[in-house]
Amino acid sequence: MSKLTPVLSAHWDEADSFTIAGYKRNGGYSAVAKALAMAPDELIQLVKDSGLRGRGGAGFPTGSKWGFIPQGDNKEHYFVVNADESEPGTCKDTPLMMANPHVLIEGVIIGSYAIRANYAFIYIRGEVTHVVRRVQQAIEDAYAAGLLGKNILGKGFDLELVLHVGAGAYICGEETALLDSLEGFRGQPRLRPPFPAIAGLYAKPTVVNNVESVASVPAIVNNGVAWFNAMGTEKSKGFTLYSLSGHVNNPGQFEAPLGITLRELLEISGGVRSGHKLKFWTPGGSSTPIFTDAHLDVPLDYEGVSAAGSMLGTKALQIFDETTCVVRAVLRWTEFYKHESCGKCTPCREGTWWLVQVLKDLEAGKGTEADLDKLLDLCDNIMGRSFCALADGAASPIISSLKYFRQEYLDHLSAGRCPFDPIASTLFATAGAK
Amino acid sequence: MAFKPEQISIMDSIIARYPRKRSAIMPLLHYVQSIDGYVTNEGIELIGEKLELATAEVTAVSTFYTQYKSKPVGEYHVGICTNTLCAVMGGDMIFDAVKEHLGIENDGVTNDGKVSVEHIECNAACDYAPVVMVNWEFYDNQTVQSVKDLVDGARNGNPPAPTRGPKTLRTWKQNSAVLAGISDGLANEGLQAGEPTLLGLKKVKGGA
Repeated sequence: MSKLTPVLSAHWDEADSFTIAGYKRNGGYSAVAKALAMAPDELIQLVKDSGLRGRGGAGFPTGSKWGFIPQGDNKEHYFVVNADESEPGTCKDTPLMMANPHVLIEGVIIGSYAIRANYAFIYIRGEVTHVVRRVQQAIEDAYAAGLLGKNILGKGFDLELVLHVGAGAYICGEETALLDSLEGFRGQPRLRPPFPAIAGLYAKPTVVNNVESVASVPAIVNNGVAWFNAMGTEKSKGFTLYSLSGHVNNPGQFEAPLGITLRELLEISGGVRSGHKLKFWTPGGSSTPIFTDAHLDVPLDYEGVSAAGSMLGTKALQIFDETTCVVRAVLRWTEFYKHESCGKCTPCREGTWWLVQVLKDLEAGKGTEADLDKLLDLCDNIMGRSFCALADGAASPIISSLKYFRQEYLDHLSAGRCPFDPIASTLFATAGAK
Repeated sequence: MAFKPEQISIMDSIIARYPRKRSAIMPLLHYVQSIDGYVTNEGIELIGEKLELATAEVTAVSTFYTQYKSKPVGEYHVGICTNTLCAVMGGDMIFDAVKEHLGIENDGVTNDGKVSVEHIECNAACDYAPVVMVNWEFYDNQTVQSVKDLVDGARNGNPPAPTRGPKTLRTWKQNSAVLAGISDGLANEGLQAGEPTLLGLKKVKGGA
């Protein structure tokens, strides 16, 4: 079990882990005192040297993002946390904020100080009331403890932190759509450049970081670059949360060094659902091309997953066994992308609609083999032709499932219906009603 | 309904959180839902007045986001995840069974106004699949029977407590106020983490 490295999750088993008292008992807020005694540029360099990369999907180096903020420009700077966790399969930031919102707040204070921001926001998804309560309470308690507001810890640094609650739009997890939403508009992505570091919130220099990225900063400040670099692989440093879900005996959160494999995680957790075998899985949410049982030993770091033809994404490992119809799975994801397309770019708005039409026919065993090529042709006209990556995400499951499971699509056509029994894939089929 | 002076002063305090007042539109819409239950024309007009926006601009924002409702929902709004993973693991069966049990369709409300049902997208709790949300509180690891019991309890005014949430389930309007950033003092209630959240940690500590 030595493969696992609980850092963020180290104290989640303590009943008051989400309170300021619980956090401080375990050394919480010691990093902020250390950070405020450093020069902001030193902190940016520290995070750059650590090799910390964005944990929200793209894997962009966090320190570089901070370093892009122009200094001495006499403009307000903003620090924004992307807590709009909505990528299908992704379920790491939500339990993190429920179990320990203070580590996020500590990361926000350090990050804001580093980029010289005096105003910060946490943009949280709106469909998680109790997590909203926890983060709101944590912010209020941090203010009361002198960790937010004027002259933090007597060091002359001021920071206002506002929790902003979304309202059910997946697209707002895209950083420029998030900023439009936070400004009070419909959440639609912006054309880049300019990037948020130059023209972000209210057209001012802005950093947008994922919850897990920000929450990883206090541990780096406390323990140093060498400690962080001792975990992970050459270009993917540190620890991260892997979320295992679906047809496994024990779904859950596993914090491990980057580069662990699915085979190892399955061994630790207790394996695929008993009596069944792995069919396909996503390495990092539904927008990352699917893998099969041929990919059990792919190192789950940014380079390893990319070299195998997918993306590390959010490390949301959704496991499906042989009872699952891949066409049904892909259709459902595609319906999601159609629903969540913001409508700004024509290829995505119209294209996802057509993808659903074609896939619906195929799942029902109607249509022809030529429809498979039509799907790929549509994907080709959607990918890379829109402002943001939602459209690329929509194409990923289709292209990858056709690559690995083309015959299964054809089996639908020859049977004239879906050859799978949907009951067999449910939990109730084996476990009975709990 | 007409808004009371104390409600209008709460709206002013929401606007004061932001460097630019237009940013307050989303919490204000959540707040209107906490009073009226949905986004009413009166609410849109008042937000427009407060933020110096045309009602069309406020409506354009309101209609973009699925959590803002243009008509009343139930006192207990039940969201059933039918995104791929939950659907495959039982969400589709739960969704169909609950609609039939209540005699309503997607987005429908029971005649007594107690329960409404909506299929929802991934709610960031996949390790607790199949997942159901009521007023955006977690009901983890659900079955067809458990959700039937849940909606029956809600209709009788006695819903079970969320799996990870406060001790008692609050109403749609009450929770909408929380989403507007108005504390209800219940943050300390409920578990800090469910079993799946702790699984990796327990493996390290040798307890599981």
